Amino acid sequence: MAKTAVQEFTKGLWAEIPPFRLVLGLCPVLAVTKTVENGIGMGVATTFVLICSNILISLLRNVIPKKVRIACFIVVIATFVTVVELVMQAFAYPLFLKLGIFIPLIVVNCIVLGRAEAFAAKNGVVASFADGLGIGVGFTLSLTALAIVREILGNGTFYDIPVFGPTFEPFSFMVQAPGAFVCLGLMLCIMNMLGKK
Amino acid sequence: MTDYILLIVGCIFVNNILLMQYLGNCPFLGVSKKMETAVGMAMAVIFVLVMAGAITWIVDIYLLKTFGLEYLRTLSFILVIASLVQFVEMFLRKSIPGLYAGLGIFLPLITTNCAVMGVCLINIMEEYSFTQALVASFSYAVGFGLALVLFAGVRERIILARVPKPLQDTSIGLVTAGMLSLAFFAFKGMV
Repeated sequence: MAKTAVQEFTKGLWAEIPPFRLVLGLCPVLAVTKTVENGIGMGVATTFVLICSNILISLLRNVIPKKVRIACFIVVIATFVTVVELVMQAFAYPLFLKLGIFIPLIVVNCIVLGRAEAFAAKNGVVASFADGLGIGVGFTLSLTALAIVREILGNGTFYDIPVFGPTFEPFSFMVQAPGAFVCLGLMLCIMNMLGKK
Repeated sequence: MTDYILLIVGCIFVNNILLMQYLGNCPFLGVSKKMETAVGMAMAVIFVLVMAGAITWIVDIYLLKTFGLEYLRTLSFILVIASLVQFVEMFLRKSIPGLYAGLGIFLPLITTNCAVMGVCLINIMEEYSFTQALVASFSYAVGFGLALVLFAGVRERIILARVPKPLQDTSIGLVTAGMLSLAFFAFKGMV
């Protein structure tokens, strides 16, 4: 049992890492990765929702009728998103303002609903917890990786600390919308190249 | 009147929901491989978004704000959208089977389309009046449809091109979306 839980965890880190292997939940990936801080904040919030909703849905999986399962999942997810929203308003208000609309939008993040439907509804609590944690950590890593590239090239800073010195001319393209798309596309390409080996 | 024209242009082009605000990207990449499915999805989004925009605005002002329940906004909005989509689906199947056949499979997908939920939240955050919210929802949806159809057109051409193996499919799709987004960038500063 312990071994399978570890497997479920590690699978989220490479074999099924979102959003590269599972191309889901792209909106927050593109929108909040302007700075590393935002990327990590969003990743942690999503991970929390993923773990909690996976556990609860796995516990309730025999109670929820098949026909209305999606609606039930959404209610469970929305509850935890509300929790995250309120907690962030209380303890991390500046970050809450920066992420803005994307915190409530975790509800419609396909990764969360996708894991509920594809995994938590069919597996036990421990495995679902491991799955939620793995996918969540994987998601946070991808967000951070993308945010590092975009912040360093687009702002010339890393976590608000200048890296290149005063003469560096930042590529403002990278922090704007087009840069987000192109950057994610190229990273996906790199992932595909590494995966082929 | 000018206010509304500015709002419409702003929502369709300048703040295009897909390419400028990054909302609704999953269906954007998912259904844009063929023109027919893209048009179907665009229609379904316009249809649902206008209704969802109106209903969530009423719910927010007359229920949540009146009783001081703003913290339930996320939960109530997603429930409104989910039940609305379900209702629209049943209604169309019964009364307008032709339209249902066209939109059918795209309707359930809309529940988890963040563009719908996003626009409803934007309407509230910008403190639009009811008519403004209605106009904004419609314009955002048209902008979504426009970007989706344009992108599908480009993507149909990409099939004919020889793309390097690691870049195929989603990867080249994202790069193309970036180029399209760059084109929409030209509208910035217009309003």
